[in-house]
Amino acid sequence: MATEFAFPDSASKTDAASQEFQTEKMSLAMGPSHPSTHGVLRLQLELDGEIVTSCDPVLGYLHRGDEKIAENMTYNQFVPYTDRLDYLAPLASNVAYAIAVEKLAKLEVPARCQAIRVIVSELARISAHLLGLGAYGIDVGAWSVFLYAFEEREKLYKLFEELTGARFTTSYTRIGGVARDVPEGWTGRVEGFCEQFLPILEEILALLTRNKIFQDRTVGVGIISKEDAIAYGLTGPNLRGSGVGLDLRKDKPYSGYEQYEFDVPVGAKGDCYDRYLCRGEEMRQSVRIIRQAIKKFPAGAWYAEDAKKIFAPQKAKVLTSMEELINNFMIVTEGPQMAAGEVYFEGENPKGALGFYIVSKGGGVPWRMKIRSPSFCNLSILPKVCQGNLVSDVVSILGSLDFVMGECDR
Amino acid sequence: MFDFYFHLHLIVRLVLQSLAVILVLFPIAAACSMAERKISAWIQGRPGPNRTIAPIGGLLTPLGLVGRIPFLGPFLQQMGIFQLAADGGKFTFKEDPVPGHVNKFYFVLAPIISMIPALTTVVVVPVGAYFAVVDGVKVLKPIVLANVDIGLLAVFAVSSLGVYSVILAGWASNSKYAFLGGVRASAQLISYELSMTLSVLPVFLWINKPGGQGTLSLFDAVQFQSGVFHGFSLASLHGLWGVCYMPVSAFIFLVALFAETNRAPFDMPESESELVAGFHTEYGAFKWSLFFLAEYCHMIIGSAVCILLFFGGWNLLPWVPLATLIDWLSHFISFAGHPLFMGLVGIAIFLGKVFFFIFFFMWVRWTLPRFRYDQVMDLGWKKLLPLSIANLLFYTLGIALLQK
Repeated sequence: MATEFAFPDSASKTDAASQEFQTEKMSLAMGPSHPSTHGVLRLQLELDGEIVTSCDPVLGYLHRGDEKIAENMTYNQFVPYTDRLDYLAPLASNVAYAIAVEKLAKLEVPARCQAIRVIVSELARISAHLLGLGAYGIDVGAWSVFLYAFEEREKLYKLFEELTGARFTTSYTRIGGVARDVPEGWTGRVEGFCEQFLPILEEILALLTRNKIFQDRTVGVGIISKEDAIAYGLTGPNLRGSGVGLDLRKDKPYSGYEQYEFDVPVGAKGDCYDRYLCRGEEMRQSVRIIRQAIKKFPAGAWYAEDAKKIFAPQKAKVLTSMEELINNFMIVTEGPQMAAGEVYFEGENPKGALGFYIVSKGGGVPWRMKIRSPSFCNLSILPKVCQGNLVSDVVSILGSLDFVMGECDR
Repeated sequence: MFDFYFHLHLIVRLVLQSLAVILVLFPIAAACSMAERKISAWIQGRPGPNRTIAPIGGLLTPLGLVGRIPFLGPFLQQMGIFQLAADGGKFTFKEDPVPGHVNKFYFVLAPIISMIPALTTVVVVPVGAYFAVVDGVKVLKPIVLANVDIGLLAVFAVSSLGVYSVILAGWASNSKYAFLGGVRASAQLISYELSMTLSVLPVFLWINKPGGQGTLSLFDAVQFQSGVFHGFSLASLHGLWGVCYMPVSAFIFLVALFAETNRAPFDMPESESELVAGFHTEYGAFKWSLFFLAEYCHMIIGSAVCILLFFGGWNLLPWVPLATLIDWLSHFISFAGHPLFMGLVGIAIFLGKVFFFIFFFMWVRWTLPRFRYDQVMDLGWKKLLPLSIANLLFYTLGIALLQK
């Protein structure tokens, strides 16, 4: 009877076993509509169990053709479009764009304008990093951090609203200046914000920095080496988190950043935790810069005198004087005339170096404008970092790279 | 005046009792959902739902009338009571589509299965006690649907069935996120059950006489903490709560409870930021709300068991058992000795403790980040399990030595 149970010989047994246990890789489309891809990023993941074997970012869901649009409008008209690049820090994008065009027009803006731009850029940096921090909290499961951060952002929005008339899409700068001077007492209110912000920032950071679970999730996860960070063109806190102390505010100062004292925090290992710490420290440094800028806030004009031919003349003059009316007409229809030439300028935005490469062949519109968006370059390292990590780590890495799809897809 | 009740047929009585349990457990679970929103709002410095009120047409309904009562109405509105009602209405009446790509039978079955263990375990959980006179002797009796000797075993046996609903939901959804959620859930729930079971064994080492008839009754566990000994008695333990002499057990039990109820920081099956919503990604409307209710029911019953084992059950304070409290109260209140009064006081104390634990669950959820899946497994197998084994060995040897 026992012979009825015919055992297969060992060779065919392993064959059968290997066939039986043959694992299949699973492909998982994370996004474009997913809670933690921060917008419309889509990651085409290939999973072996929960381990990511390949990660393929699919971009372009938020492509609006900003660069092409720029070719069809005058330089000042494009300012609102820069709001939509890094929409978490529109003021910083406004400033970078304005400086790039001013470089083309060879305009020098007065000290007061520079100081205003520094203050708004740093406020924008705080606002962007607060959101980055809060969203990172959500990514690793700590919800309350997000709302604490948003309370502070709300205060910042109030300041922005008072300054620019808009909370979100500020469109504050103009070529050769800013849209309007700071309102009376505004700098005092900014000072007041800084005063109360620092202790709250410590409180927010205290929820995460020494938290064991948070450290488990971030320390040693998504390590980007110095060499990789440079090779992939990372900028901003992501680059500094990997230990490269490149900060355009220090290394290629613009808008008077050379007058201010501040430190550039760098990470040691280049993991998610270091990037998080960098952002936290940058906010403290931003407060330092804002305080210095307000302390020596210069009086005087808040737009360049030479920019008269760029700004539209005052309405009252347009209605009474023939020359001004013609001037206004020309500015509106053809745009302020720029010399032919090529310029490239990049500013240190919250997410990294935001660059504008403008080619002008004369006339009122750029012939070509290329936007070097930091988020796009920062995301380029994603396939490399995600490989071999768990699905949960992908979320953690995404959050630590802190990108904005509006800027990435342009 | 309640004597008619005892003349009813046994089956009728049991049906009534079960109904009572459902009628109490469901509203508490529903209220938990509002508590969750209010407590998270409180922690995060925002008001939470506070505007919903029954519409004008709702004046015809009791809730609409209550909303118009001065002072009380606005207060309830602030507390989000009407939001709760609106949510309930929405879940009940919303279209409940079944996606085309799912296995329909199991897809519908999963939320039903999730409710079964949640509602069954409550049968053996005592919620209070009263003095009954049996053959002329005053005996403390538990308020419980079924006072069975295998109490705790029954709780574990039935509540661990809850994992099937999660796996089934994840698998039947035929969606990758749901599938990953289901797989994670099955591994996690099974892992933590081990440490959970091992952590409660010391409680019954204290209670049971060696060689005698053993019990796993939850009522006896509370009796032991009230200072009534069937098993091993140590004078210094009189009236102390379990957590005082078994802190490690209580800790392991609590941690495992978080994992078993899928609550943050162990909410792997859902892990919102990674798996969208995990095993219930494809669910909506009433089916989703069943999962939701089952989670809260599990939380309530888990807290209840934890309180019974380690936190003194229906005793107000350590060294103050319910009987002592009632004795003291009878100096001031004439009807304090009435079994009904005593039962209600016991239930109130017990529910108070349950609510505190639910608050604790929520407090943790809105404060801590989430573990990674492999870290959860690490913690379960490499830390909690050895700890609970060591803990069990310690108490086994310790109690054996003390009993000598």
